[in-house]
Amino acid sequence: MSFFEFTGTVMPRFLGAVGVTLELTAVGIGAGLVLGLLLALMRVYANRVLSAIANVYIQFMRGTPLVIQVLVIYFGLPPYFKAMGLKPLSSLAAGCLAMALNSAAYQAEYIRGAIQAISSGQMQAARSMGMTKTQAVRYVILPQALRIVLPSWSNELIYTLLYSSTVYFIGLEELSYASMKVASKTGRVFESYIIAGVMYLAMVILLSRILAYAETRLRIPGLSIEERGR
Amino acid sequence: MTATEILWQNVRPLFDALPVTLEVLGLLLVVGLTLGTVLAFAQAYGRRPLRALCVGYEQLFRGIPPLVVILLFWNGITPALGVPVPGIVVAALALGMRSAAYQSQIFRGAIQAVPPGQMMAARSLGMSRIQAIRSVIVPQAFRLAIPPWANEYSSVVKDTAFICVIGGLIDLTRQALMKLAPLSMRRPIGTQLILPYLIILGLFYLALTYGGNGLLSLLERRLSIPGFEMKGKVER
Repeated sequence: MSFFEFTGTVMPRFLGAVGVTLELTAVGIGAGLVLGLLLALMRVYANRVLSAIANVYIQFMRGTPLVIQVLVIYFGLPPYFKAMGLKPLSSLAAGCLAMALNSAAYQAEYIRGAIQAISSGQMQAARSMGMTKTQAVRYVILPQALRIVLPSWSNELIYTLLYSSTVYFIGLEELSYASMKVASKTGRVFESYIIAGVMYLAMVILLSRILAYAETRLRIPGLSIEERGR
Repeated sequence: MTATEILWQNVRPLFDALPVTLEVLGLLLVVGLTLGTVLAFAQAYGRRPLRALCVGYEQLFRGIPPLVVILLFWNGITPALGVPVPGIVVAALALGMRSAAYQSQIFRGAIQAVPPGQMMAARSLGMSRIQAIRSVIVPQAFRLAIPPWANEYSSVVKDTAFICVIGGLIDLTRQALMKLAPLSMRRPIGTQLILPYLIILGLFYLALTYGGNGLLSLLERRLSIPGFEMKGKVER
């Protein structure tokens, strides 16, 4: 069987696996954004205790490999769930949860950096106009901060896509795991991984194009935000 | 046996596996640093075809997950060369060539953050282009590159967890994975020990990331020239 025939026969399985990869990426980045925003706001605006809690969480998640976090959620926590009378997570649920919890820590740092890049005069101006602190954050700070964060957020999306391969370790059939299975079933090991690699590459290139386009669309003409030096 | 004893019994082998992770980390940093530097200079000062080649290399290695790059190298290098290549070398090459793509962007950004007027000034003083790069641009770019390089260092420490897919390579993560099944057999508490065990495994990596970053910020402070802080921003 030629390489192309081989690709044709295994393609349905690979495409199904791509669906899982995209699902992991979407849940990871989406739920991670919500939690990451919350963590970033805790870091910047909450009292010292909450800020410290958010900081410890962020540092721990950013300092350890995603593999370990996936294993903790899939193997480490279930015995305790069982003790509490809860059902164990499926590998898909565990994978999604791990991706989201991990991505949240990275996104929190990006968003925090963006919030702090906006000059403090803006908050003072908003408050002096009679806005509450919440209103000021909601209508003045965040719309700008989220635009500043977009380029790093794009990077994070690509990272999330690439690192979704980590759930390989809990046997969830996404693209990497599928290629491993096909490799061991057919014996055409190198070719299987080449197909997976090309498919990842295609997704990354496509996604970067879309994000670059989104960045130009979301830009407000005439409003450029000077980032303060770090 | 108490829970602590069981845990310790399983943690001790992690110390035996630590050197494997450290060796791969050291080797991959050497590969990434060397290749990354070459790519950065080629992009900053090379001709157009060379620059395009470097961009292609970066896109390729930044578009494939580390896990898949390792699997490709592990199943590709030995058959291609016809001689068995040790797992440690394969792991370091795979992750090192990937890291080079990221490091070259950091170095190129640092080189380009040095104002172009400095090159003109150096040339007008009679320095050759090479001399100017060596004694004017590089000393400044090097200092600028340290903080983003520290980020990349943290990334590759975490990426070393993927090398456990290479057969016969017993690194920290592989060692821990091998202990999970026997650990959960230890009724009645065994399964509940998995969580603290994995957290201890995490602490090993945490020590590597934060230890390394501490050393790097020390280096940054030691090298900083008082009164000559660069205002440039390095893009990542």
